[in-house]
Amino acid sequence: MLSESGTRDAGDRIAITLTINGQRRQLQVAPWTSLLDLLREDLDLTGTKKGCDHGQCGACTVIVDGRRVNACLALAVMKDGASVTTIEGLSTGALHPVQAAFVEHDAFQCGYCTPGQIMSAVALIEEGRARTREEIREYMSGNLCRCGAYTNIVDAVESVLNGSSARREAAE
Amino acid sequence: MNRFAYTRAGSVAEAVQALAGDPAARIIAGGTNLVDLMKYNVERPDRLIDITRLPLAAIEEHEGGLRIGALVPNSTVAYDARVTARYPLLASAILAGASPQLRNAASTGGNLLQRTRCYYFYDEGTPCNKRVPGSGCPAIAGVNRIHAILGTSDHCIATHPSDMCVALAALDATVRVEGPNGPRAIPFAEFHRLPGDEPQRDTTLAHGEIVLSVDLPDRDFSRHYTYLKLRDRLSYAFALVSVAAALEMDGETIRTARLALGGVAHKPWRNAQAERSLEGRTAGPETFRAAADLILAEAKPYAHNGFKIELARRAIVRGLAQAAAGTPQSQTDKRIR
Amino acid sequence: MATTNLHVGTAQSRLDGPAKVTGTAKYAAEFKAADLAYGVVVSSAITRGRISAIDAAAALAVPGVIQVFTHENRPRTAWLDYNYRDQVAPPGSPFRALHGPEISFGGQPVALVVAESFDLARHGASLIRVTYEEEVPNTDLAKNREAAYVPPKKRSGIKPPPDPRGDAEGALAAAPITLRHEYKQAVEHHNPMEPHATTVVWEGEGKLTIHDKIQGVNNTQGYVCSVFNLKPDDVRVISPYVGGAFGSGLRPQYQLFLAVSAALDLKRSVRVVLSRDQMFTLGYRPETIQTVALGADEDGRLQALLHEAVAGTSTFEDYQESVVNWSGLLYHCPNVTLGYKLAKLDTYTPADMRAPGAVTGVFALEVAMDELACATGIDPLELRLRNYAERDEGENKDFTSKALRACYAEGAARFGWARRTAEPRSMREGRELIGWGMATGVWEAFMMKSSARARLSIDGSLEVACSTADLGTGTYTILAQIGADALGVPIGRVRTQLGDTALPEAPLAGGSWTAASSGAAVELACRAVSEQLLAFARRIDESPLANADLAHVTFVDGEIRLASDPSVRVAVADAMHAGGVETVEATETAKPSLLTSLRYAAYTHSAVFAEVRIDEELGVVRVTRVVSAVAAGKILNLKTARSQILGGVVMGIGAALEEESMLDHNVGRFMNHNFGEYHVPVNADIHDIEVIFVDEHDDKVSPIGVKGLGEIGIVGTAAAIANAVHHATGKRIREIPITLDKIIA
Repeated sequence: MLSESGTRDAGDRIAITLTINGQRRQLQVAPWTSLLDLLREDLDLTGTKKGCDHGQCGACTVIVDGRRVNACLALAVMKDGASVTTIEGLSTGALHPVQAAFVEHDAFQCGYCTPGQIMSAVALIEEGRARTREEIREYMSGNLCRCGAYTNIVDAVESVLNGSSARREAAE
Repeated sequence: MNRFAYTRAGSVAEAVQALAGDPAARIIAGGTNLVDLMKYNVERPDRLIDITRLPLAAIEEHEGGLRIGALVPNSTVAYDARVTARYPLLASAILAGASPQLRNAASTGGNLLQRTRCYYFYDEGTPCNKRVPGSGCPAIAGVNRIHAILGTSDHCIATHPSDMCVALAALDATVRVEGPNGPRAIPFAEFHRLPGDEPQRDTTLAHGEIVLSVDLPDRDFSRHYTYLKLRDRLSYAFALVSVAAALEMDGETIRTARLALGGVAHKPWRNAQAERSLEGRTAGPETFRAAADLILAEAKPYAHNGFKIELARRAIVRGLAQAAAGTPQSQTDKRIR
Repeated sequence: MATTNLHVGTAQSRLDGPAKVTGTAKYAAEFKAADLAYGVVVSSAITRGRISAIDAAAALAVPGVIQVFTHENRPRTAWLDYNYRDQVAPPGSPFRALHGPEISFGGQPVALVVAESFDLARHGASLIRVTYEEEVPNTDLAKNREAAYVPPKKRSGIKPPPDPRGDAEGALAAAPITLRHEYKQAVEHHNPMEPHATTVVWEGEGKLTIHDKIQGVNNTQGYVCSVFNLKPDDVRVISPYVGGAFGSGLRPQYQLFLAVSAALDLKRSVRVVLSRDQMFTLGYRPETIQTVALGADEDGRLQALLHEAVAGTSTFEDYQESVVNWSGLLYHCPNVTLGYKLAKLDTYTPADMRAPGAVTGVFALEVAMDELACATGIDPLELRLRNYAERDEGENKDFTSKALRACYAEGAARFGWARRTAEPRSMREGRELIGWGMATGVWEAFMMKSSARARLSIDGSLEVACSTADLGTGTYTILAQIGADALGVPIGRVRTQLGDTALPEAPLAGGSWTAASSGAAVELACRAVSEQLLAFARRIDESPLANADLAHVTFVDGEIRLASDPSVRVAVADAMHAGGVETVEATETAKPSLLTSLRYAAYTHSAVFAEVRIDEELGVVRVTRVVSAVAAGKILNLKTARSQILGGVVMGIGAALEEESMLDHNVGRFMNHNFGEYHVPVNADIHDIEVIFVDEHDDKVSPIGVKGLGEIGIVGTAAAIANAVHHATGKRIREIPITLDKIIA
């Protein structure tokens, strides 16, 4: 028969395990709690932002099992066993190259879409499909920036892409 | 969002049984539309059946074609080497839609079952026959810029929002489903339905049936195809009009034609007569225009979407030209070819 | 005191950058409280009428739902309209959430469900059943045009149209070349990425700490004290980061009222965050229908100019902005008549949105000027030069400065305007038609009264502080730059504190005035610090600076040096030792000069050049190049200043091509109330944008030479694009946004 996943407590909570920013955590979640609300409200990882809560802005972009997704549309309970990287887990100490490039290129203003942009950019670089500015623009189009920092965002992403390809060439 | 029970299906049979036994249960996979709708209280399931752990996430060779499991994420399909080599139309249509994040989460089966983006359907503050049968359709006399021009009814003028499905319609895919009465295969053209007087029903799927796979036939149209999407911004927007065109050519002559439109109807729109009209003809604007006229002869405009008729006409002509020339529309270079 | 320019005028990365890129910057909905409850707003399903009943029983029965607030049980608040009027309220009766059963706009809040968690509150909200007596809504501006009226009471800070000069109708009738057309601006919503949110932390005994999405914490504090009869000492507002606002955070929004009400009633902390669809129930740039008539001689010299506008407002407030005034000052013209009227609609009150009025009015004027260029066969840029205004003829004042000619020249050169062929449809590449268009931009240059504090410590660190907000504008960084140069401190040792009512009061961050106002205050405060330091330095035995006065010293590298001989110097730390202090602190207030504002007109200007590439058949428009040349006085930070203009241009592209909140007049609701269907530009929409700052010296707007940058980038952008569309296609489109249906029509 169907498995009622985990054990339920009185509050309809279900036990799940998530690896968040490298740290394995046992959590009790209600089935209707989104990954985004879990991060922001329960785990105080407020770096992941809620801009629309409907997958239409990208502010909540996190990396789940190596893929960038909108945390607002993922039910936390369904991610049992997954590995989640948020902006808080991107760097320890020194800034990640993408974070540093965003500061250098002034690729943000108000900062609210920024963690999502950065997580998306990190995934974009990992995916390895964007080479031209045109491709960066298209593959960053799931992240709205109302302050209009787009040209600087493309500059920042391009600088890291060029830097990493330069490093790869040097290594070869 | 309402309260609901959550269960994880251990097998397809379990999922079918759980679904069939509970009229208010819903299957969830990627969740990119269902969770969205639940937050608007448009969907209020009393049980979610999580099928993401079922073995339906493979792309396999099947009878000379490909079988795409219902759980394969859209992005995986779009970048699969077999798909890009043999069904580039499908890959292109997927990449024309949504965002990288959504394509990573959205499943193949879920894409088929996504619901309309009609404003009124999403807004609890207004009536909607699709959301609350019999409550009325304010879109007909309201803001209907994004609405359908073909196959509408007095009850609903919503469109189907998928890009992927437009390509699947053109490719003559088959949807393999399993229900309480066993498995069956539904030709793609019969999977989505027109609103008629039951606009709450988007598809011909019976309650209790779940999608197992989408099967692509052994005909790949890999040389002469295009997916041309027109929308209100250059990315991350639903189609006002889209065209999936797939041709087989003998020199300048069209041997076989497949043409599907998105953004214009409650389902991906095909017109067999128009496709036949192209076959055996020399590719060219006159031929294309005649096909477009056949498709749009019965188009019906509303207050704000009349432009879609002319836009669709031109998009068909351009899309067929792109396909015939073997110069498909790029989804990153926004110049229309 | 001579200040160094080691930092001011250079490109500096944002000081708040590391906090923002690591996700540690905290926005209004991200502050914690141990006893936090969550409020979710229930929005009205009707636009006009009355609530006949609210049934909250099902929600209240959910364990964890604490309370449901409606008009029937709302806590008592102030009685008079006066108490609800915030710093920038227009004339009228400010909206009071849950005040009574009457519904006067679509999506009006009708209940607040407060629960132990967000999930529970949202669930509770879905269970509230409201029944209404519905009336037919009146939301169509076109149908209300005839009933439009001149607002009887002027909005403070907004100049009404100046009196007519000459005889515009007569001159128009006599002019050899005339045109008269109607132009429309659609409703736009600000849609900052951060939804409006308030976290009220209950500190006990009636004391509150409030984290609010607001462009100035003092406005929140004043409103809360006035509405809830609290003492300023009991209400501290702390909002260090604001996730974009563009004007939507000037006035306190209803989530603040609801969160404070609930917190006071429940005596616990409460957070209320609006959903994205509820963001469409707040203010917006109003729909405006304009008529512009131009009369000119054959040489294109303007003889007559008429510009009239009718804009929508709510039934309860007369929101006003300067739509037509720009037409009275941008060009030399002897005969000008301007008019501005409002029409009452069943909508929420509009709100200032980035360059309010100017985006709308300058769009119409600058498209009309392009039409005149076509009618006279004169190059659009040349036409503007021929009609260049040397003074503000509307107000009859000289300009404090106006380097618009340099904007035209440098912008045109960079864009390559001279290579433009005049004939529409004459430029093409492959299938695409290419269009080059240009327009002028103008915005007011303000300075407001502002206080600021500077505190220099003996360890060489400096803190500058005031209560204003950095909305992404760069205020943290520019204030630090000013302080760094004034006191000779490396910028890495400067900390800026903002967004806290405990800090010296500064104005709302709006109107592009923050740099001029709070920047001047920081400079004054630093000057006061330097005076104290010099006094201490002179006390040192046999001080080398014993006879120096402030005018003759500089502060460099932690030393006070004689400007004429830097080897004559005293370390700041030694001066502090001499004074027996470890910090030197001063709070000063900078005020605009009344005399200057009486005598001069102060504006920033720009010249915007745009290239579009259009697939005419399919209506696809790509804005492939924009050059925005800006004259805004002194530029403090080349990096953040450029970003301000980039952002304005991007929002201008949105206004030109995409943004429109679509009202269904049958139900009176904005139907595309989400980011999927209200289209703001995405990355793929934005190509090359170049920003030029021309040299402009202005010693009148502000003591620090600054004129402001927050708004000028958007003004004129939509007109330049609309004019480029005409140049590409020969099609004159006078309604924005120019969506593809208008191109293929």
